[in-house]
Amino acid sequence: MNAIASLILSGGAISMLVAIPFLAVWVLPHVYGIRLEWLFGIVIPYLAAIIFFVGIIYRVVKWAKCPVPFRIPTTCAQQKSLPWIKYGYAEKLDNPISTAGVVGRMILEVLCFRSLFRSTKMEFGAGGNIKYKSSKWLWLAAIVFHYCFLVIILRHLRFFTDPMPFFVPIIEKVDGFFQFFLPVVYQSGFLIGAALTYLLLRRLLDPKLRYISLPADYFPLFLILTIAGTGILMRYVLKADVVSIKELTMGLVSFRPVVPEGISVLFYIHLFLVSVLFAYFPFSKLMHVAGVFLSPTRNLSNNSRIVRHINPWNPPVKIHTYEAYEDDFREKMIEAGLPVEKEAALPADKE
Amino acid sequence: MYDGGKIITGVIIGLVFMTFPIWYTSGRAAKKPDIKLPVKEKQCVEPKEYMRVKHMQLLDLWRDSVVRVAQRSYVAFNGVKYDMSLQNTCISADCHAKKTEFCDQCHNYTGVVPYCWDCHIEPKEEPAEKPQAEEKH
Repeated sequence: MNAIASLILSGGAISMLVAIPFLAVWVLPHVYGIRLEWLFGIVIPYLAAIIFFVGIIYRVVKWAKCPVPFRIPTTCAQQKSLPWIKYGYAEKLDNPISTAGVVGRMILEVLCFRSLFRSTKMEFGAGGNIKYKSSKWLWLAAIVFHYCFLVIILRHLRFFTDPMPFFVPIIEKVDGFFQFFLPVVYQSGFLIGAALTYLLLRRLLDPKLRYISLPADYFPLFLILTIAGTGILMRYVLKADVVSIKELTMGLVSFRPVVPEGISVLFYIHLFLVSVLFAYFPFSKLMHVAGVFLSPTRNLSNNSRIVRHINPWNPPVKIHTYEAYEDDFREKMIEAGLPVEKEAALPADKE
Repeated sequence: MYDGGKIITGVIIGLVFMTFPIWYTSGRAAKKPDIKLPVKEKQCVEPKEYMRVKHMQLLDLWRDSVVRVAQRSYVAFNGVKYDMSLQNTCISADCHAKKTEFCDQCHNYTGVVPYCWDCHIEPKEEPAEKPQAEEKH
């Protein structure tokens, strides 16, 4: 699928997803007097949560059923070898032989995106020379995006807990460090927008990336951008009735759902898009949140030269030992004058 | 399933984290804000629906107007003139007399910490009344 078709498809999908709650919560009551807040405020979020949890467990169990009999880590350093060949800290992380090394490697991978940090991009220089260039911007945008998303999710705990856990006000304080505008601007909301824009432009402006990008790549970017956009609109521009919203969210969390009056349609659009993100999650590339832990190229130690790994599902092989073979053919072998290890039974017994 | 023990442990840890709000909140009834509305005054400077969602922007506007332009008079939506003052107009005896019975109700419920009181001195309530009377003697 080419870039324009992908963009139209995923952009169209997002427009429809925005239009559905808008029509249902804003237009329907005005034209037909039908109220569907319960559907978008209660039923769809619960359904999305069920799909999210069941889907993730299903995917993880499916992955867990795939056998990984042999050690296939991607190794980026010298293997543990003879004592006089250097095997230092870098080697322990990049070519681990112990669980501790693997854990260290995984921590750096999950928290710092180390492999992305180390990745280079290949370009042709003058005269067709191959050049490997550092590509830290991708790493920067990725890490800014992920940590901003984490901060935003943790900030949203103020709607889902009562009283708030101690870390929420601390996060809010750090996030609103510059204390400008009212309500105080949280950097994370705008940084995530900038990072997502970079990740989107990267796909659009690089011909090679544009060629391999699919709707499955554009759709999550558009979806998260729209969620961030509606959130920013609600907080800074159009405003929302936060007390009623918290009544709704607390109702969801405590399984005593209520639909308070006076919540704007923008909130229902935001909530519907978040529900779509949750429901879409298990079927999409976003599953890398669980997949990173289950990557055999990351989570295995490179101890093939130290431990013998036997394929656990090898079928039992039918073997025919020499002893059994000789038992079968001993007399014929003796007849033909071939040497045997065990002499034939004495014919005298039979007489 | 291969490495089932490790993977199931990981899934359970993930589930515990992701369902944090459910088990953190369970058993604790969320108390809704109980706002005490003024008895005497019936109309705020703007309609209730506006004040519910945009009072902070109005107060921000008032602050800028008073502190930066020295303009203290606010013409309300119904033409009535008010003095732009958080402590003398909003938190006056006739209106939202007690911060704890009005402002704090929703702010605490939704975890909002407005920075009004970085500059303004928080109005003292009940226990403050007696010492003030004693000072006069």
